[in-house]
Amino acid sequence: MIILKGKIYFYAIFVLYSLSGKVFFTLVQRLQYAFEVDKMKKPEILVTPEKVDDIIPLSEVGADAFVVGETRYGLRLNGEFKREDVKKAIEVAHARNKKVYVAVNAIFHNEKVDELDDYLRFVRDAGADAVIFGDPAVLMAQKRVAPELPLHWSTETTATNWYTCNYWGRKGAKRAVLARELSMDEIIEIKEHAEVEIEILVHGMSCMFQSKRKLLGNYFEYRGKRMEIQHSDDDYMFLYDSERDNKYPIFEDENGTHIMSANDVCIIDELEELIEAGIDSFKIDGIFKSPEYLIEVTKMYREAVDLCVSNPVQYEEKKDYWLEKIEAIQPKNRDIDTGFFFKETVY
Amino acid sequence: MAKQLDHISEIQDGKRVIVKKPELLAPAGNLEKLKIAVLYGADAVFIGGQEYGLRSNADNFSLEEIKEGVDFAKKYNAKVYVTTNIIAHNENIPGLDNYLRALEDAGVAGIIVADPLIIETARRVAPKLECHLSTQQSLSNWRAAQYWKEEGLERVVLARETTLEEIKEIKEKVDIEIEIFVHGAMCIAYSGRCVLSNHMTARDSNRGGCCQSCRWSYGLFRQTDENEIPLYSEEDAPFVMSAKDLNLIEYVPQLIEAGIDSFKIEGRMKSIHYIATVVSVYRKVIDAYCADPENFVFKEEWKEELAKCENRETDYGFIEGLPGYKQQLFENHSHKPSHEFAGMVLDYDAKEKMVTLQQRNHFKVGDEVEFFGPDIDNFTMVVRDLYDEEGNEIDAARHPLQIVRFRVDRPVYRYNLMRREVQ
Repeated sequence: MIILKGKIYFYAIFVLYSLSGKVFFTLVQRLQYAFEVDKMKKPEILVTPEKVDDIIPLSEVGADAFVVGETRYGLRLNGEFKREDVKKAIEVAHARNKKVYVAVNAIFHNEKVDELDDYLRFVRDAGADAVIFGDPAVLMAQKRVAPELPLHWSTETTATNWYTCNYWGRKGAKRAVLARELSMDEIIEIKEHAEVEIEILVHGMSCMFQSKRKLLGNYFEYRGKRMEIQHSDDDYMFLYDSERDNKYPIFEDENGTHIMSANDVCIIDELEELIEAGIDSFKIDGIFKSPEYLIEVTKMYREAVDLCVSNPVQYEEKKDYWLEKIEAIQPKNRDIDTGFFFKETVY
Repeated sequence: MAKQLDHISEIQDGKRVIVKKPELLAPAGNLEKLKIAVLYGADAVFIGGQEYGLRSNADNFSLEEIKEGVDFAKKYNAKVYVTTNIIAHNENIPGLDNYLRALEDAGVAGIIVADPLIIETARRVAPKLECHLSTQQSLSNWRAAQYWKEEGLERVVLARETTLEEIKEIKEKVDIEIEIFVHGAMCIAYSGRCVLSNHMTARDSNRGGCCQSCRWSYGLFRQTDENEIPLYSEEDAPFVMSAKDLNLIEYVPQLIEAGIDSFKIEGRMKSIHYIATVVSVYRKVIDAYCADPENFVFKEEWKEELAKCENRETDYGFIEGLPGYKQQLFENHSHKPSHEFAGMVLDYDAKEKMVTLQQRNHFKVGDEVEFFGPDIDNFTMVVRDLYDEEGNEIDAARHPLQIVRFRVDRPVYRYNLMRREVQ
């Protein structure tokens, strides 16, 4: 249907051109514009619920897909979804035509690799729409036990060029999740060459560091103390960098110690180029945020994406409104910025 | 998946000897260091070229220098590997083909590589280059090792987070060459999974821009709904993520028995004194163990010798399991080595017992100095007299690279090094 529609537009434009004179010029432009808009694909809005109960309200405000998983296999999840929760999440999401991706993106040591077959079988039987992986051990297991299960390649820091995205595509990945340290131009260039879907983080904090060591526990132990705080949305630890006046959230779990970015990325006002480039998925990460915050932000991105596609002029006009609204609900000590989208990195 | 277990030892003349000696792989930040590493016993060296390697601050080799290094190493049956282990961005793709071809033409044995872009490009345009998976991929399990074997890689460098038990299991289950780090500074993060520098200083850590933000000091706070509560007091050391350096010298026998193929020493930025010292100690221990494993006794002097060049406390890393606070440094992150490099022997006149030496650090008449090198046993002596190149008597060697002569009773050889204890 879409192709047919496209063809009709094309012929109409062609005919008008051939008949043409300047009289038709505006009309032609309008038709071309309609054609462009028609072509413009809406990216998926991907969010990270904290619990199963978040999925319905997030679906209602316009999330298209969800990342769930458990810390044993997945990294830096917003919530802990044991097997039963994963099943429920998939049921709830599928009933609303939404997708669920299960994170199996830890760096695995020998002790866990033998569990991967079983876990992937479970994920497949539960009906997940994809598995997120970074370690090739997961790819090996998927080939063996669940080859029909789609894979998303996500190592975060090392997905930095289009060739390597396509490499993992040839190995079976359907999607590459890009590093957060890329500029807008780099992202668009990757998309232009990509044979896989491209996912980027559009909102939330990103991880800057993962160590296998228990760096927080060790620091307390060194001083003869015990660490007591378990992290939650409104009670967590951060490292203070006095030179930059930055505060980096830090936490420990069975995958080691994780340090997060000082600010939340927020590019709700810069979506146009990315949508035009055809980026496939926009991720909003809700880690260290309340469910209410995530719902509110998801709702705004839904509006923004829809408006950007249907009426770019109105999108342009509404940008500042969303930005102000987001700024107003930011948690204490969490500013928003544009991450690496417009920042130059040297080496 | 049945795998031929490596043949590690056999009985010769009624005595067990190790026949599968691991490769001793040393870093070389420049041509001079390369030569020293090879002369002091490295079986292979790894170097960085002008592009695609990490350590953008290091000297790094031009293609001409790489060729010269390869030719020098060949004479001693040593191999040269080039680090091309950046995590590449789009802009790094143009030029890669030519660079890899040039490395192959230069006679480089292999590349150390992390990004599949570079692996596949090398396979296509420079198939003679071996591909060794860099530790930047943080390879930590045997199934991932199996993956890279099936991808055709000759060797994998394991994550520094792997324990001896895990390393052994990987080696037993997968028929691929295994390289591990045995000595030197360590990332405290999983390699390749740290972008602190990108965020803090806009320098790309995975393309050589790392500025070691992990070793900086931070204040640790608790953020509650209302408040920021400091989790340290005035007297406390600040929060810091500084790993002690790795030192597996005492594990050499176990690592040899495990069949590890290559022992890697970290440190393309390290001094010539450091490289000479570390390479020669590992060389001695590997050779002593392989020659007679049953009667091998670890000598404390080997550890003492290593301590002369270290600038940070050392420990065993992950080899025995997850490191605790004792494997980290919270204060005094580094210190000056106990000994400093004082000079390099250029020539020795056996008849007159006079050495000709190039000064590398200030020393003077009356100083106690120590000579060491691959062909001598370490010895110390006091400098009794000192002459400049013209034969004028002087009281101290003050000028960098100054050529001086003085009396040394025991024979020394070209490339022997002279060190001096720092007061």
